[in-house]
Amino acid sequence: MNWQEKLAPGQKKIVLVGNPNVGKSVYFHRLTGHYVDVSNFPGTTMEFYCGKWRNDFLVDTPGVYSLSSFTPEEALVRDAVLTADLVINVVDAVHLSRDLFLTCQLADTGVPMVVALNMTDELLARGLEVDAEELERRLGVPVVPTAAVTGFGVEKLKERLAEARSGRCDPPVENLLRACPGLPRGEALLVLEGDPQVAARRGLEPGREKERIYAARRRRVNELVDAVLREQGRDESFATRLGRWLIRPLTGIPALALTLWLVYELVGVFFAQVVVEFTEGVVMTQYYEPLVRSLLSRIIDLQSSVGIILAGQFGLLTMAVTYLLGLLFPLVGGFYLVLSLLEDSGYLPRIAILMDRAMGYLGLNGQAVIPLVLGFGCVTMAAITTRILATDRERRIAIFLLALSVPCSAQMAFVTAILGTLGSGFMFLYAFLIFSVMVGVGTAAGRFLPGYTLPLLMDLPSMRLPRPGNVLLKTWVRTCGFIKEAIPIFLGGALLLGLLRVTGLMERIERLMEPLLAGWLFLPGETANAFLMGFIRRDFGTAGIMEMNLEPLQKFVALVTLTLFVPCIASTLVIIKERGWREGAAMWLLIFALAFLTGGLVAHLVYFIRAVNPAMTLPLTALAAAGALAAVVLLTRRQRERG
Amino acid sequence: MQLDRVRRGDLVKITAIADARLKEQALRMGIEEGAVFSCVEAIPAGPVVLGKHRQEVAVGRDLARRVIVELLTRAGVAQPVPAALESEVC
Repeated sequence: MNWQEKLAPGQKKIVLVGNPNVGKSVYFHRLTGHYVDVSNFPGTTMEFYCGKWRNDFLVDTPGVYSLSSFTPEEALVRDAVLTADLVINVVDAVHLSRDLFLTCQLADTGVPMVVALNMTDELLARGLEVDAEELERRLGVPVVPTAAVTGFGVEKLKERLAEARSGRCDPPVENLLRACPGLPRGEALLVLEGDPQVAARRGLEPGREKERIYAARRRRVNELVDAVLREQGRDESFATRLGRWLIRPLTGIPALALTLWLVYELVGVFFAQVVVEFTEGVVMTQYYEPLVRSLLSRIIDLQSSVGIILAGQFGLLTMAVTYLLGLLFPLVGGFYLVLSLLEDSGYLPRIAILMDRAMGYLGLNGQAVIPLVLGFGCVTMAAITTRILATDRERRIAIFLLALSVPCSAQMAFVTAILGTLGSGFMFLYAFLIFSVMVGVGTAAGRFLPGYTLPLLMDLPSMRLPRPGNVLLKTWVRTCGFIKEAIPIFLGGALLLGLLRVTGLMERIERLMEPLLAGWLFLPGETANAFLMGFIRRDFGTAGIMEMNLEPLQKFVALVTLTLFVPCIASTLVIIKERGWREGAAMWLLIFALAFLTGGLVAHLVYFIRAVNPAMTLPLTALAAAGALAAVVLLTRRQRERG
Repeated sequence: MQLDRVRRGDLVKITAIADARLKEQALRMGIEEGAVFSCVEAIPAGPVVLGKHRQEVAVGRDLARRVIVELLTRAGVAQPVPAALESEVC
């Protein structure tokens, strides 16, 4: 790892270690002045952050429950601890029985350490009292009560770092450790605990003592908690009661609906429409792009190949920059603002609990509800939120459902406008068809995709009022980080499209699509234009349908197909960024196929029914869709029972 | 009985966890054989939320089905409490 090389001689490596969501990053910020993502949501720090503090080197690590090779993060933290000169173990005073497990393991490794007993400011409200001196006596290392967010105790902790020493080892573990001499204590412990990676590095067989050591450690933790933690009366804090209300269906579901509506209003309406209309529609298209074109036209011919690539429809300097700054920047900023608020309050894990069962049908667990809802604002940014999901399989399913079946706010605006002229029957049928596709595909994906979705097992953070400073700083840092990462992808995508246009390949694609449209979807050839625009942005394509003179059924078929159609360029690029080239391309092609398959089936069905009985066209189509959905769900369920 | 059948307010003692994938993870969160928890919430057909020392852990229904518990006290049911000390015969 690069931070190891940066270590100068005589410089100490100090590592911050703790469970998720205990305030390690706040400490890092307090000590080094560098900002790291901080939120009231487990697992914010996914990478290592390093900073210089005084003469030493400070490392912030992702939160873990113990050191082992159980997850990649744990393995990284384990290695950081094994090579550390000093460990600051940050412990949440309210969650002692969880956090001390790691503390005891650190004590067993023998690394010099101090314990920062954090969040002591919350103890009183929760009706708890912790005896820090007794804890210090029993662990054999300095224990400093602190509240890092307010700065309480941080100075004291700095002073006591000099007293850092190896913690008292658990006697049963100490006996076992005598059996493997010649190894540093930390490595010996991990070998005994059966860590295959550490054992392989030393050319040893991994030990088989894990269960015994873990059970003994758990007993030690329970004894420690009994000795130092006193519960004073009941937990009457408003935060605790609010937390309970939010997960009880009777109060939780209305609260969730209200929250989702507020999120939609803020992100889907305010940021995606009002702000973007200004940044993209006014600033970029009316001022920036004309300026670039007029400047460029003095140097090169805008109609030449280079001119088209730089400033044409997909120009590197026009479209790519407009999308990045006019569209992506405000949208991603809006999304991160909402996410920061949700994270810092501690509400996200509670939504996951409430929705766990419903999402289980789609092969997901409760947490996936967040990206799916944000998708109705903007699929592009919702695709980024799939990062909060636990396993790769869950991220894959969620991104696929987003890209296939969730229309973004811009497209919804055109769809509603067109359906409004067709009548409420079409509107209902449209919503029902898209919903059926989502549930059907989700159920099938949940059944057939390899891997597994982990059942929910999550510890709940306390509800807290978000700190405005932290929320804004986090939003800003994350947004800038995202845009920086997106720049090369957007420029590359624009270059590719520009080349297609210049070489004339694009017209050829347009001609190739004509038979598909006329023969399979019963749409006139001119709609090829709308679909080609749909490759760029689905809402452009949908807008194209609005202007065409088509009969209602044709418009309906075109709308359904375009809704399921491939995600816009911005989304596609983000999906590729999140999932890699190969999977991104596979998803894109599959969505393309599914959109035309569904569109074609709907077209054949509605025209067939209309030929039999024109009055029953819509109800019978809905019935057929319901039947197909029921068949898919039942078949996959039966498969699941067999498998 | 299985953990998915507890009700809000019950006090339970965990006797077995029959899910190898999550057993270790559960242990880290303090859910292990012999541990005593109160049921903070049991969402109908959803996760069970266990509480101990002000700390709450949500257990998905799929996992809860594979956790065997012993019911110590049922919510709302008065139970005879054994006297802490028995009077000695002089």
